[in-house]
Amino acid sequence: MSHSAPRIAVIDGIADELAGLLGSMLLDSVDHADELSLTVDRDRLVEAMAALRDKAQYQQLMEIAGVDYPERAERFEVVYHLLSLTRNHRLRVKVSADEDTPVPSVTGLWPVAGWLEREVFDMYGVIFSGNGDLRRILTDYGFKGHPQRKDFPLTGHVELRYSEEEKRVVYEPVKLAQDFRSFDFMSPWEGAEYVLPGDEKVGQAPGAPTPAASPAATPAPAAAPADTAPKGAPAAATPKTTEHKGRTGAGEGAEKEAHKPVRKPRAAKPKAEATGEGAAKPKSARKPKAPKGES
Amino acid sequence: MADYLDELDHVTDAADPTSGDTEIQNYTINFGPQHPAAHGVLRLVLELDGEIVERVDPHVGLLHRGTEKLIEYKTYLQALPYFDRLDYCSPLCMEHSYVLAIEKLLNLEVPLRAQYLRVFFAELTRISNHMLNLGSHVMDVGAMTPNLWMFEIREDCMNFYERASGARMHAAWFRPGGVHQDVPLKLLTDIGDWLDNRLPRLFEDAISLVADNRIFKQRNVDIATVSKEDAIKWGFSGPMIRGSGIPWDIRKAQPYDVYDRMDFDVPVGTSGDCYDRFMVRVEEVRQSARIMKQCLQQMPEGPVLTDDRKVAPPRRAEMKRSMEALIHHFKLYTEGFHVPAGEVYVATESPKGEFGVYLVSDGSNKPYRCKIRPTAFSHLQAMDFMMKGHMLADVTAVLGAMDIVFGECDR
Repeated sequence: MSHSAPRIAVIDGIADELAGLLGSMLLDSVDHADELSLTVDRDRLVEAMAALRDKAQYQQLMEIAGVDYPERAERFEVVYHLLSLTRNHRLRVKVSADEDTPVPSVTGLWPVAGWLEREVFDMYGVIFSGNGDLRRILTDYGFKGHPQRKDFPLTGHVELRYSEEEKRVVYEPVKLAQDFRSFDFMSPWEGAEYVLPGDEKVGQAPGAPTPAASPAATPAPAAAPADTAPKGAPAAATPKTTEHKGRTGAGEGAEKEAHKPVRKPRAAKPKAEATGEGAAKPKSARKPKAPKGES
Repeated sequence: MADYLDELDHVTDAADPTSGDTEIQNYTINFGPQHPAAHGVLRLVLELDGEIVERVDPHVGLLHRGTEKLIEYKTYLQALPYFDRLDYCSPLCMEHSYVLAIEKLLNLEVPLRAQYLRVFFAELTRISNHMLNLGSHVMDVGAMTPNLWMFEIREDCMNFYERASGARMHAAWFRPGGVHQDVPLKLLTDIGDWLDNRLPRLFEDAISLVADNRIFKQRNVDIATVSKEDAIKWGFSGPMIRGSGIPWDIRKAQPYDVYDRMDFDVPVGTSGDCYDRFMVRVEEVRQSARIMKQCLQQMPEGPVLTDDRKVAPPRRAEMKRSMEALIHHFKLYTEGFHVPAGEVYVATESPKGEFGVYLVSDGSNKPYRCKIRPTAFSHLQAMDFMMKGHMLADVTAVLGAMDIVFGECDR
C-alpha cells in the first residue's frame, strides 16, 4: 500500500486508445502518478475535446487551470481536467499559449468553461477566442495586470483605503513597512547551486592534482606559497577568507589580518593569536583560566 | 394629495385608453453585495420582467484574497492553514484534498489510525456544514426554528473540533502524513454518545418541521429543475449532481483514505429541483453519522502521523532528548520538506461537491502552482439558466440549495 489519495481505476491501454483517437492532434502524452496528461495542438483543441467527450466518454469538464512557466517559449499552459462518470477516470489535457496567441474556447462543448476561461484570462491574461463574455472575474473592478503571473509581485501594485478627506475609497501605490523577504533554503548538503566561499575546490577529486594548466592561466599571486600550490593551479584571486567582515563576526582587526599577504608562517602565527587573546602565549594563557572559573 | 391623484387619473385616462394595463419595461436590480440571503458577499445583477427573472449575472470575486498566489510563496506546511479559510464552513474537508495531493506526490503512506481519524472528522465536518446550509436554506424561505436547532448541532461539532485541534473553526489539524495529534479517548466516546442521542434527536426534530411542510414544499418543489444532461454539462458535483439523479460520489467511485471500508448509501434525487437537493443533504447527514459510527468501531490503535522524519516532525518529547530529532524538527519548520517534481490533481468529496487541488511541484519546498477547484464556481455559474423564468423570491431558495460559500468561490 502506498498513498491514500483517491484511487482512480487504471484502465489498461487508455493512453494508446486516446492516442489513436486524437491522432496528429496529440503532441505529447505523459503518465505520471497514475494520472494521464495529454498535450494537444492548440489550434485543434476544440476538435480534440469534442472527440474526447463524444467518443471517449469524458463527459465532464471539471477545471481549467493556468500555469505560468516564464522560461518557456510559450509561457502559459492551460490545463483542462476532464472526468468520465461512466469510466470513472480522470484525464488532463494541456495546451500551451502565449499572451498574444488565443486559445480556442470550449464553451461550445461545455458551458461551464465560460467562467473557468474567464478566470484563466483574469489571472494570466490568456485570451480565449470564441468566449463571448471574457470579462475579469475574481479581481477588482478596474484592476490592472494579471496577478498569477510569476512576474507579478505578491504584494500587488496598489493598496486601497478610505480617505476621510475625499469621502471615498482611494487607491495608492503599495507601501511596505518591511521589505518582502524570500528565504533561500537551498541546502549546501543537497546540491546547492551556488558555491560557498571556501568551497571552490569542492568539485575537484580529493587529493588529486589539479588538471594541467592552460597557458592562459594567470600565475599564482604572491599570497600562495610557491612550494605548496601546484604550478599553474587556478589560485583563488583573494586570500581564503569569508568575503567581508559581516560574515565572520570578527572585528576589524581580523579582517585586516586576513588580507595580509603571508610571508613567513612562523611570524604570522603568533600575530593571529594575538588579536584574539592578547600578548600572552597561548598555552600559558589557558591554564590559569580554568581554576579561576571554578573558584 | 387627492387633487394630484385625480389629475394623474385624468392624465392616464386621456393618454392611455387601456388604463391599468400599462406596459412595464425590464429593469435591473442589484442583489447584494451585502444581503443576508446571499451567504456572503455575492452581487447578483438581476434583470427582471415584473417579478420574473430574465437574466442573472453573478459578480463574484469580492472576497478574493489571492490564496493561490500566497501559497506559491509558502512552504507546503505553511500553506495548509489557507485551506481552512477557503470554505470556512467545512475547513477539514478543504485540508483533506491538499494533504492527499502532497501525499500522492510524495507517495507517502499514512498510518491506518490517521486515515480513520481523517475520515471521521471529514464526516463530522460534513454534518457541521450541512447543518449550516440546511438551516440557512429553510431560513431563506421563511422558517426560523429549524435553523436555531441545527445551530445547536453545529455548536457541538465546533466543540468537538476544539477538543481535537484546539481551534473551533480553522482547525489546521490534518498534516501530510496523518493528523497533527491524536484525540483523547473521552472525545471519541463523547462523539459516539452524541451520534447516538443528541444528533438524531435534534436533527430529526428540526427536519420533521420542514420536510413535509406545505409552505416549504411550495417554495422548493419544482424550483430550478436541473436535468441530468445539464448537470453534467455545467460541471456539477456533490449534492447538486446527486440531486439531479446521478449517483456520483467520489467517496464511492474513487475512494480515498478508508472510505472503501465504509458501508454507506449515496442518496439521489428524482426530479433535480431545490427540494431534492435539500433532501439529498438531509440523507447525507444520516449517512455521515453512519460512517462515523463505523469509524469508531473499526479505528485501530497506533500512530497518527507518519514516522518518515523527512516529512513529519518528531514528537516534542523526542525532540527534547534526541539531537537528530531536534535537527529534523528545525529543518521541517524552517525549510520544510521537498516534494518531488510532478503534477497531480486530487479531488475529494467535500460537503459541497468535488473540491480539487491541482498541485504542480518543481522539486523545491514550495508549490510551484496550486490551483484550487472550488465547487461553488461551476454551480454559481449555472445560476443564470437555473433562474430563468422563476420569480424574484426564488433566488434565495436556489442560492440556499446550491450551498455556496464565498471563501471558497473567490479564493
